[in-house]
Amino acid sequence: MIRIRRLTKRFARQPALLDVDLEIGAGDALALWGPNGAGKSTLIRCVLGLLAFEGEITVGGHDVRRDGKAARRLVGYVPQELGFYDDLRVAEAVRLFARLKGVPIRGVGAVLDGVRLGGQERKRIRELSGGMKQRLALAIALLGEPPILVLDEVTASLDACGRREFTDLLGGLATGGRTLLFASHRVEEISALARRVAELEAGRVTAIVDGGDFMQRLGVGSVLHLTVASPQRASAFEALRTNGFAPRMNGVGVLVPVPSSQKAAPFRVLADARIAVEDFELVSTERASALAEEMHR
Amino acid sequence: MTAALTVTSDDRAGSRPPSALSNVVALGMRQLRDAVRSRWFALYTLAFTALGLAVSYVSAHAAGGAGVSGFGRTTAGLLNLVLLIVPLMALTAGAGSIASDRERGMLPYLLAQPIARWELLLGTYLGLALALFASVTLGLGACAAVLAAMGERTDPGSIVWLAVLSCILALGMLSVGMLVSVVTRRASVATGTAVFLWLALVFGTDLGLMAGTIAFKLRIQTLFGLCLANPLQVFKMWSLHVIDASIDVLGPAGTYALDTWGSALSWIFAGALAAWVVVPLGLATAIFARRSPV
Repeated sequence: MIRIRRLTKRFARQPALLDVDLEIGAGDALALWGPNGAGKSTLIRCVLGLLAFEGEITVGGHDVRRDGKAARRLVGYVPQELGFYDDLRVAEAVRLFARLKGVPIRGVGAVLDGVRLGGQERKRIRELSGGMKQRLALAIALLGEPPILVLDEVTASLDACGRREFTDLLGGLATGGRTLLFASHRVEEISALARRVAELEAGRVTAIVDGGDFMQRLGVGSVLHLTVASPQRASAFEALRTNGFAPRMNGVGVLVPVPSSQKAAPFRVLADARIAVEDFELVSTERASALAEEMHR
Repeated sequence: MTAALTVTSDDRAGSRPPSALSNVVALGMRQLRDAVRSRWFALYTLAFTALGLAVSYVSAHAAGGAGVSGFGRTTAGLLNLVLLIVPLMALTAGAGSIASDRERGMLPYLLAQPIARWELLLGTYLGLALALFASVTLGLGACAAVLAAMGERTDPGSIVWLAVLSCILALGMLSVGMLVSVVTRRASVATGTAVFLWLALVFGTDLGLMAGTIAFKLRIQTLFGLCLANPLQVFKMWSLHVIDASIDVLGPAGTYALDTWGSALSWIFAGALAAWVVVPLGLATAIFARRSPV
């Protein structure tokens, strides 16, 4: 569905993307992963035909430069943050974009129900929360049921609750056989949505890995929070570190990222070092995600 | 979720690519609604109407109740009011359009939809033009109504002509404003540039022409040519020409123009103002097609 060949984009002679080759087939879900400035959003903007670039991009066989309208007709796009006209009502926004996409909609209510925005038709955009705006953007992206969904760090501006809600919503949609291209910083998003992950660094694709292998590759399948008595905490930290873990001190204990299949390993290390674990818990995915991002940067 | 997707799936079966015209109309209507709801539209319309009414009232009283016909004190007052207010309205409205869409992140979002860039630009232009027409018509219409109520014998044709020419002037100034909006990144810079251009056109060129005529002893045809380069001067000369059929009130340049061009003058003025509509808008379209919306 999306084919990218030798894509290079420079800003004032500084390369933002260099010789990127990607192929995203029908029904595939590719995540773009990388630190800030890696080129994720730039790549998405090139796919949408918003930026001039060197190389070639086709969407559904349409060249995005020569046949941009036809290419974009196949794409539903959700940006990082929606800069909608504040005075527009929700229903007006849906109708405007439906008209631009050539989609005759019989009822705005049904479209909004699909993204859990039912009953908000009369509200002005400025009255919506960040999460609701993103859901509205998703409703608009889904108008006409485009075969491709492009998402650019869609949960970056949302709080933890909004992120979870939006990711759940997207998870339900991704199963519909739609092709998905998305940029994300969030491990939980990638875990929920991606079949493959393209890792970008300084404008280059450094690896393309299977979604299932991605968490293991990052080493953040799970994060254990081990409570250790204060006098032994430093020893526990050192024992874990020398055994190949990457622990972090955290309040009354130690945070230890571990691959999902090796959650018992830190306990064995500490038992061998005669350090008692008073309590433990598996921390939430979001906390794991926050930790992973911190480690990644 | 499934229910909603079923609805859109059904809808998709009946969907077809919208035509360029349909996109232009949709974007134009959106821009018109946005402009009419905005504070600048209300303020300019209010100011224009209030000043127009004041000019009409004072002019009618100054005429001593005898009234005037054809081009008179009232139309002259309204013409000067149009020269001040309409270019300011059109320049700032145009300048704020694309630049503010870019600033609030709306521009890349709109252009990520299946629309062409020229469709967005033309739709925005037409929407703003309709808002400006409404404002001008409302202001001059209110003045005409007041004059009629006061028993003035002002020729309604002259007010209609003034309204038509004001709308053409608004189109030209809106084109210049759109060009400013396309080349600037920030809305505040675009608005500042628009105000500077307005000052230059309203005051700068008048003073410059006066000073230039004296300092460089400009030939009369050069002076007339320079007047044609300023859309406000063209509007003023065209208004005087069609309403009063005599622009010799403008002095030697007017007399020269009448003697040399005679009945072709209207076409010269129309061509000059048409160039101010088409050239900046064409440039804006060409630049907008190449420039990053981000």
